[in-house]
Amino acid sequence: MKTFAGVAALCAFAAVGAHAETSVKVLRPESNSPDLQQFWQDVIAEYEAAHPDVDVEIEYFASEAYKTKLPTMLQSDARPDLIYSWAGLTLVDQVEAGLVQDISDALEQDYLDSFSPGALAAFSDGDAIYGLPMTARLVVFFANEELTGKAGIDLAAITTWQDFLDAVATLKEAGITPLVAGGKDKWPLHFYYSYMLLREGGAEAIRAAMEGDDAGFESAPFLAAGEKMAQLAALDPFQPGVLSTSAEQGNTMFGEGKGAFLLMGDWAYTQTIGVDQGDLLEGQLKILPFPAIEGGAGDPGATLGGINGYAVTAGAPPEAVDFLKFLVNAEHQRLGAQKGLFVPVMQGTGEAIQVPFTQEINAMIEASPEHQIFLDQFLGASVGGTINDISAELVSGDVTPEDAAARIQEAWDFR
Amino acid sequence: MAAVEMNAGSPSATEKLRRRLTSGRMTAALVLLPPALILFTLFVIYPLAGSGVYAFYDWNGYGAPTDFAGFENFERMAGHSVFQQSVMNSLKVIAVSLVVQLPLALLLALLIYRRTPENTVFRLVFFLPYILAEIAAGLIWSFIMDGNYGVVADLTRALGIDPYFITSDRSWAFTAVMVVIVWKYFGFHMMIYIAALQGVPKDMIEAARIEGASRLEVVHHVQVPMIRPAIIVSVFFSVIGALQVFDVVIPLTNGGPSNSSHTIVTYLYTFGLARLKIGYGSAVGVTLFIAAVAVAVFYQRLFMRKPA
Repeated sequence: MKTFAGVAALCAFAAVGAHAETSVKVLRPESNSPDLQQFWQDVIAEYEAAHPDVDVEIEYFASEAYKTKLPTMLQSDARPDLIYSWAGLTLVDQVEAGLVQDISDALEQDYLDSFSPGALAAFSDGDAIYGLPMTARLVVFFANEELTGKAGIDLAAITTWQDFLDAVATLKEAGITPLVAGGKDKWPLHFYYSYMLLREGGAEAIRAAMEGDDAGFESAPFLAAGEKMAQLAALDPFQPGVLSTSAEQGNTMFGEGKGAFLLMGDWAYTQTIGVDQGDLLEGQLKILPFPAIEGGAGDPGATLGGINGYAVTAGAPPEAVDFLKFLVNAEHQRLGAQKGLFVPVMQGTGEAIQVPFTQEINAMIEASPEHQIFLDQFLGASVGGTINDISAELVSGDVTPEDAAARIQEAWDFR
Repeated sequence: MAAVEMNAGSPSATEKLRRRLTSGRMTAALVLLPPALILFTLFVIYPLAGSGVYAFYDWNGYGAPTDFAGFENFERMAGHSVFQQSVMNSLKVIAVSLVVQLPLALLLALLIYRRTPENTVFRLVFFLPYILAEIAAGLIWSFIMDGNYGVVADLTRALGIDPYFITSDRSWAFTAVMVVIVWKYFGFHMMIYIAALQGVPKDMIEAARIEGASRLEVVHHVQVPMIRPAIIVSVFFSVIGALQVFDVVIPLTNGGPSNSSHTIVTYLYTFGLARLKIGYGSAVGVTLFIAAVAVAVFYQRLFMRKPA
């Protein structure tokens, strides 16, 4: 009897499998924003209602685990159809290994034209398009105006790096911690190095280094960025114990008014610092772009951040592309923007943003002549990891600007 | 069994086989061995051989490894200062385990091995850190050592000195890691010793006492020699465990500051897995495996042989 029941169950299972609906599997890193998860559920429900024969499944991994497990997942039978991507060299590696597919044939020109060109470029290579961008991220200085005001600093007057260094010195004299950062995770410090590099040589310097021009990653802008970093570190501007503070702790410390400035991605606003967390910094939170560096060859308006979206894996059914187009359509871009979940990448949809903070971020991204993707993503896991390392070591004084540049070059050669 | 066969004179080979078949031992082996053998091959031998191959490739984990690199991964590893530091750190863990942790465990075991209600409480207290998950232990200690919010912060505040951040101090971060390792695992070794000490015949200790031996002499001449096998095993666990330390380090220091507190395994994870240098990570893994096997074989030869 038991056997019979078992066989029956198996048959039933097989029968379901036999006329199964097409399933689209989405894999993304976990988000700690319940609103974003709700957004996903709503979009999926909406799509499934319109396409009863398609079953969209979403799976989450913790962020670091996502990065390390993805290569294995992509080469197994459990290969997801849509994968979260920060673009950059990691995506290039996936393209070269034949693990993601070119979907340009499935996309109409007027749909493509609706994206902001820079965002779409992150996911394309010439005419080939390997995925679609969904959100833009921006790294800016968060400033606590109450603290800077106490030290007599006029935030609006900070336009150059020297102005900023002066402000740091003034804050120190007033007994206020000028900068907080999560140095234990290293990447918050790489924001400083990346911005200095952008100001010293622009995205052009990074492209040139990647192509092996001149001295590669040991060229003048890289050395200058290292020196600027060392100069900043010499002022001892960070909170004590910066290298044992995690990124989350750093954000929280800033939210609690323990430091005047925080160089961080806009997501920190919704996750720790923002309105959801109470009125910690109500009316005191200001944001500033990274200041211009005197004599730097880079465009002072260039921004650092992310273009994040989804890549379509090789062998994914056409429904996966269809769902992706549905996920990233003007309506959903506007919805996400309106709920303050992300800065959208489709032209015009940014108007839907209601939260003043996010509006300001959106305006800065739109005005940016050059939006550089986070270097630790852009240059791939290995070189990116090295940049994070040397950024932290420049702060602790354990490496000279020359050695720092040499180590990036070494990591690049041994990619 | 062997002795019985010997006494019966040596039977012919076919006779041996026949006996084995009919005794059911062969059948049992044929039935019971394959599952274990298959699983072992699938989950131990195969991955091991795999990393043995990958170690000679420059491979980022995507596609099949095609970029043969010869010994380049090993050369880079040997020349990498962070790797050298991580080997030093692993050796330090071994040293601390042998010099601090095991004597501490033995001392406590000697104090509380007798079966009394108070001793049971102490045993539980000392064993608790071992029960705790490694990640949890690492996190708890990172809070304790936090100079802003932790116990250390309360201390420095009470003493009126500047906040101190041990885990961001290059020269002391790894010491902090070792303190946590000793704290985490001494209870395990203590339990091994307690079990062994309880097996030492009471009359032997009494006899020594009657002969006029002091407490210390009893420990030195009776108890420690009697639990020698337990000590040998616990030293073995301790050394192999020290080579594998990982989970405590990641939440505590994450290998920092400036990559100064990596162990071999956190080095492998950080520079091999997290940076998608799978070939390089495999080279580190293979090296660690060879070291561990060498230690195991050497140690077995030296100490774990049965007395002739």
